[in-house]
Amino acid sequence: MLKIKNLAVAVGDKEILHDVSLTIRRGETHVLFGPNGSGKTTLLATIMGFPKYRVIRGSISFKGKDITGLSLDERARFGIGMSFQRPPVVRGVETRDMVAACLKEPESEETINKLASRTNLADFLHREINYGFSGGEIKRSEMMQLMAQKPELALLDEPESGVDLENIALIGKLINELLEKDCLIVNRKCMGLIITHTGHILDYVNARTGYVMCDGVIGCEGDPHEILAVVREKGYEECIRCLMKRRGMMSRPEVNKEVP
Amino acid sequence: MRDVKTSKTYKDRAKVAANKPAALGEDIDLSTYVSSAEEQPYQADPSQLPAEAKEQMLGAGIILDDVDRRSGTFIQMDNVSVHSSTRQEGIEVMPVGQALEKYDWMADYWWRAVAVDTDKYTANVELSQHDGYFIRALPGYKTILPVQACLYLSKVRLAQNVHNIIIAEENSEMHIITGCTTASREEPGLHLGVSEFYIKRGAKVTFTMIHSWNPEVAVRPRTVAIVEENGLLLSNYVLMKPVHSLQMYPAARCVGENAKVRYNSILMAAKGSSLDVGSRVILGAKGAGAEIVSRAITTGGNIIARGYIEGSAPEVKGHLECRGLILHGKGTIHAIPELKGNLAGVDLSHEAAVGKIAEEEVEYLMARGLSRTEATATIVRGFLRVDIEGLPPMLSAELQRAVEASEKDLM
Repeated sequence: MLKIKNLAVAVGDKEILHDVSLTIRRGETHVLFGPNGSGKTTLLATIMGFPKYRVIRGSISFKGKDITGLSLDERARFGIGMSFQRPPVVRGVETRDMVAACLKEPESEETINKLASRTNLADFLHREINYGFSGGEIKRSEMMQLMAQKPELALLDEPESGVDLENIALIGKLINELLEKDCLIVNRKCMGLIITHTGHILDYVNARTGYVMCDGVIGCEGDPHEILAVVREKGYEECIRCLMKRRGMMSRPEVNKEVP
Repeated sequence: MRDVKTSKTYKDRAKVAANKPAALGEDIDLSTYVSSAEEQPYQADPSQLPAEAKEQMLGAGIILDDVDRRSGTFIQMDNVSVHSSTRQEGIEVMPVGQALEKYDWMADYWWRAVAVDTDKYTANVELSQHDGYFIRALPGYKTILPVQACLYLSKVRLAQNVHNIIIAEENSEMHIITGCTTASREEPGLHLGVSEFYIKRGAKVTFTMIHSWNPEVAVRPRTVAIVEENGLLLSNYVLMKPVHSLQMYPAARCVGENAKVRYNSILMAAKGSSLDVGSRVILGAKGAGAEIVSRAITTGGNIIARGYIEGSAPEVKGHLECRGLILHGKGTIHAIPELKGNLAGVDLSHEAAVGKIAEEEVEYLMARGLSRTEATATIVRGFLRVDIEGLPPMLSAELQRAVEASEKDLM
């Protein structure tokens, strides 16, 4: 189980996330909606443990252990994996090297080739990672690495952005494989948290819970398809309006509070 | 030792240039070095050389215990050649002095690519030279296994003066590994090496030079290659060990149509090392092409990484790529890429970058489960990986081994 409690996160001197709580059980897939700049990537990057994102309040626990103090690589080895929206180019490091680094089992040519063929990247293994890759190639390469890593918590940052329709279908299929959607929930080992701005990925991947993040807080939680229907009809402006209205009624979340 | 008809003229020109400072690099006082060394016995079986020397040579890519992996071998210790042999038809390997005695036509190659009065170092080689290697591929012969040549410096304060001639006759193909190294101690020494390459029509030469000096040695190679029509020179240079001062700017002149040259250099400067290294190509015939790629890493030393491509014929194309990484310490990398086009229709470009390892890249690898040290090592290994098109896999593996052998020194 992933349990995030009253999390507040700062980047530099600026508090980006305020009082975020959510729980994902093994086998479940949750989706995070929200306009650009609302803090979705900050939440994923904080769960992954990137040092730039500083937890100032609250906690993150995973598999019953408080991981708030674990480093990025310790979290990766503890079972958390992330697909990047815009991963960096690493010159001279081949895609194959990255897949080999992700593999938990001893490196085998056969395993790597199989993964490459499943992600339609057989010709990319000896290319420098992300160098000159198209949007779809980047996403498939991120999925290939995650499939090698076999995380128990997969954090997927906009897996469909910049991808054409044909590739979205393939990426959806790969996500379903990664999240073991063909197994009963009780038999799955993996859980997922997916960021989506447009919601297109929901046409291919089933999710149990959706959240809308606005201005660093989770504004609402519910059935992802219902949320998406509202967003598609009225846009995120409606979510922001709704949040502002409720903020007026309730005590305001700790926005712009000074960082200790 | 030799009898080149015009040698008197060369001696005269050398005497005039004996004190002429080089255009680049720290000036070295030649009077602090000696040029004579003891005679060394000839070794018919190079595996019988002292174990310590063999080990040092191995670090520079020279294999003496398994010569089946080479098509020819030349070894010079200090200023004396101690072994030369060939194992393949169509390849000649011998001390250059012997070649001068054997072939009248050597005058057509002697100081014809490199000018004897370039600077005091070329002059000193002419005035004090004892030996060097002669490697030649006969017309139409193509060899897969490399010829290896080793220049070994053992005497303290010795100036090693070497003059090498490499000839690839028409439509031949050969691979050469040159390993330059010293006895395993930190004593001053000077290596002056003149190399003249003649790559005839349709010939292909890959030349891989591995330098493995010590922190007290000064090195001044002077190299020029002349590449004829449809000829190809693929030159790789690796320096991963400390050296006191090294300055070289090898040049290739593409004189025939569609001549192609590629230089790859991998340079590492430890604290106390000063390197001024570049490659220069003159594209002087229609359709000629050049690619210069260099990777420089400093862990505290200073590197000037140069590159120069000049296009002075129609439809020539050249690209220069120069990347530097300041790993730690207070090292300096000064990249100086230069392009000169002399007529419309030349296509020359360059890219240069100097910096530290990007934190974003380290974190990307850490997110896959690598520790910070492992992630950094992977990025450095990637930085040093130069894909060399046309290099046989065996040579590529040896080159990679020479680089990886020193990786631990970087971390």
